Amino acid sequence: MRLHIKNARIVDPASGRDGKGDLYIADGKISQEFSKADRTIDAKGLVAAPGFIDIAARLREPGLEYKATLASEMQAAIAGGVTSLACPPDTDPPLDEPGLVDMLRRRAKALEHARVYPVGALTVKLEGTRLTEMAQLAETGCVAFSQANATLADTQVLWRALQYAATFGFPVWLRAEDTWLAKGGVAHDGEIATRLGLPGIPSFAETIALSTLLELVRATRARVHICRLSTAGAVELMRAAKREGLPVTCDVGIHHLHLCDNDLGYFDSNCRLEPPLRSQRDRDALAAGLQDGAIDCVCSDHTPVDDDGKHVPFAEAEPGATGLELLLPLTLKWGEARRLPLAKSLAKITSDAARVLGVGSGKLAVGAPGDVVLFDPAASVRISAETLKSQGKNTPFLGYELAGRVRTTIVAGNVVHEG
Amino acid sequence: MQRNPQLNDAGELQHLLSIEGLPREILTQILDTAESFAGVTEREVKKVPLLRGKSVFNLFFEPSTRTRTTFEIAAKRLSADVINLNIAVSSQTKGESLLDTVANLSAMQADIFVVRHSSSGAPFLIARHVKSHEHVINAGDGRHSHPTQGLLDLFTIRHYKKDFSGLTVAIVGDVLHSRVARSLIHGLTTLGASEVRVIGPQTLLPTGVEALGVKVFRDMREGLRDCDVVVMLRLQNERMNGALLPSAQEFNKHYGLTAEKLALARKDAIVMHPGPMNRGVEIDSSVADGPHSVILPQVTFGIAVRMAVMSIVAGN
Repeated sequence: MRLHIKNARIVDPASGRDGKGDLYIADGKISQEFSKADRTIDAKGLVAAPGFIDIAARLREPGLEYKATLASEMQAAIAGGVTSLACPPDTDPPLDEPGLVDMLRRRAKALEHARVYPVGALTVKLEGTRLTEMAQLAETGCVAFSQANATLADTQVLWRALQYAATFGFPVWLRAEDTWLAKGGVAHDGEIATRLGLPGIPSFAETIALSTLLELVRATRARVHICRLSTAGAVELMRAAKREGLPVTCDVGIHHLHLCDNDLGYFDSNCRLEPPLRSQRDRDALAAGLQDGAIDCVCSDHTPVDDDGKHVPFAEAEPGATGLELLLPLTLKWGEARRLPLAKSLAKITSDAARVLGVGSGKLAVGAPGDVVLFDPAASVRISAETLKSQGKNTPFLGYELAGRVRTTIVAGNVVHEG
Repeated sequence: MQRNPQLNDAGELQHLLSIEGLPREILTQILDTAESFAGVTEREVKKVPLLRGKSVFNLFFEPSTRTRTTFEIAAKRLSADVINLNIAVSSQTKGESLLDTVANLSAMQADIFVVRHSSSGAPFLIARHVKSHEHVINAGDGRHSHPTQGLLDLFTIRHYKKDFSGLTVAIVGDVLHSRVARSLIHGLTTLGASEVRVIGPQTLLPTGVEALGVKVFRDMREGLRDCDVVVMLRLQNERMNGALLPSAQEFNKHYGLTAEKLALARKDAIVMHPGPMNRGVEIDSSVADGPHSVILPQVTFGIAVRMAVMSIVAGN
C-alpha cells in the first residue's frame, strides 16, 4: 500500500517540523515523495502527526475479560490515535511467563491494530519475592519489567531485581510508593480526605519510596523508569536525579495533569485512581514538570473497570480510569493551558514516549515506521458511555466535550481507523 | 462540583447525608422541629400521624443497637411502618451488591432508607440511585458523617446553652476515626460557635483538621480551659494497643476526662458522649454520672431529632 497524505499540517515533534505539506508512506514506512499512490487522503484542516505512543494501557487480557477484551481495547486505542502501547503485567495471571507474553503478542498482532509492547512482571505473580526469568521474557518481546501497581515491600528483593536487570541492561519500570505508608489509603492524605473521612496516603509515601529507588539506581546503575508521579516533591527529586546524570526517566498519568483531590466531589468513584489524585499544588507541579522535562512523557494509564467495580462506595471501588481515547484531548488541553506550540505538546505522546519505550516510532522521518494519525485539533469529542469504544466507561471526564478529534489512524501504512 | 445531592431543586432537604453543606436555616429548622417533637415523647400517647402509611427501612450494613433503636422508635412515633434489616449478616454475605439490595427494597415500596455503612460515602451512592420520592438518611458512614448524631449533639447544646454564639466547645479523643466529630464540627461552625477545639494525640487527629475550622490542642488541660461544652469521643478497643496508642491506661492518663481535668472548664460546662462509653478509658464514671453529664438526655433528644429529620424529608 502506497499512501499519499496531502494538504495536511504536518507536526513532527522529533524534528520540530510544523507546516503544510505532503506525507508519503510505502512498504509500511515513511517514504520519500512518490508519484503513483494507491490511495490519496486529503487531510485539509487536519494535523498529521506520528501515531501516539501510550506507555501504560491495560488490555485486561489474559484473565480479566469481563472488564475489557483485547478486541475492545485495541479498538479504543486506534480510535484514540494510539498506534503503539505498552501494557503493564497486571493481568490474571500476570505476565510472568514467556508463554503468556507470546500468546498476548500473537493475539494482539492478529488484530492488526496498534503495536503492543508487553511489560513483563519483575517478580513471579507480582508477589515481590522471586525474580521472573527476565532474559527469557525479553526474548519473547518484553520491553521492560515492572510490578505495575503491585507492591514490592522487600527492599532486598528490589535491590537484587535491579542488579539482575542491570546485568542485561533491561529497563525496570516502577511506581514509587511505600507499601506501609500507603497501606489502607484510598485518597491523598490532606484536607479533602479528612473532610470525606477517607483513609489517606501521605505525599511522603511517594517521596520516601522514590528516594530509596534513586539510591538503588546509584548503587546498581539499573535503568529505571518511574511510573505515575503524583507529588510535587517527586518532581523535584526527579529533576535533581537527572541533573546528577542518573539513568532515570519518569511519566505522569493524564488524569493527574488535570485533576486533584478536590475533584472527588461527593465520593466520585471515577476519581479513585492509583496513585491518588493529590493537591492542586501537586497537580500544578506535575504540569510544569512535564513541560520543563523533569517528567519525560505522559500516558493514559488506561484501566477499564466495569460498573460492578465502580458502583460501590469510594473506598471499595476498583482504582483506575479508561484513558486511551482521552490521551490526545487531555494532552492538548494541558498544552493549551500552558500555551505550548502543538509540537511541544505532542512530543509527550510521540517522540518522548518513544525514547522512554526505546522504539523507533514516534517520528515522521523518512524510514521511520509508517504510523500516522490525522486529527482535527479544533473539533471536539464528547466523552460518553456511547461514544467510548473502550469497554471501560469509567472516567472522571464523562459528559465533557474535549477538543482533539482523531479522524484517521494509520499503522505501518495501513489505515486501521477512520472516524 | 456537582450541586449538593442532599437538596432538591427548591433547596429543601431531600436526603440527610451530611451536616457539611447544609445551610444554617435547614439546621435550625430541624432543631426547631425537634423541639416541637420533644413534647410528644413525654405524652401518654407518644404518637403523631405524620408518616402514617409510609415505610421506613432501617438498612444497617454495620451493627448498631442504639442508633437503630432510636430510629425505630422515632419512625414508630411518627406512625410509620418500620422494617429492620440487619444486612451485615444477610445479603452481603450472599454476595449481593449494595445497589442491588437497595433496588430490591425499593421494589417493596420504601419511602425512607435509614442507612449505616462502614464505607465513607455509601449513603451518597445510594442517594444517587434511589427514586425521586425516596429519601435516604445517613445513620453513619465510615469515618465520614453521622448527621443525626451531630444534630442531636447540637440540639443538646442548644437546650442547655440556649445560643451558640460565644460558646467554646472541645471535642476530645479519636477524631481521626470519628464521624461524630466531623458532623458536630460542621454543625458548630455553621451555627456560629465562637471556638471549636479538638484535643488528642497527633496519631488520632486527621491531617489538615485545622481546615475544618477548629483549633488543635495536644494538651488536654490547656484545651479544656474555659470550655462551655466538652464532647468525649469513643475510643474503639482495636485502636488502644498498636501504632496509634500504646495503651488504654496511657490514653486515660492524658486524654481521659476526670473530675480534676473537668474543673478547668467553666463551672456550668456540660459533658457529652455519643456512646457507648468506655468507662475508665476516655471518661471516668465520676464524670459520666456526675452533675455536668448530659449523656442520657442526649439519647432522649436523639429520638426527637430523628423524628424531625424523617418528617422533614418526607414532607419535601
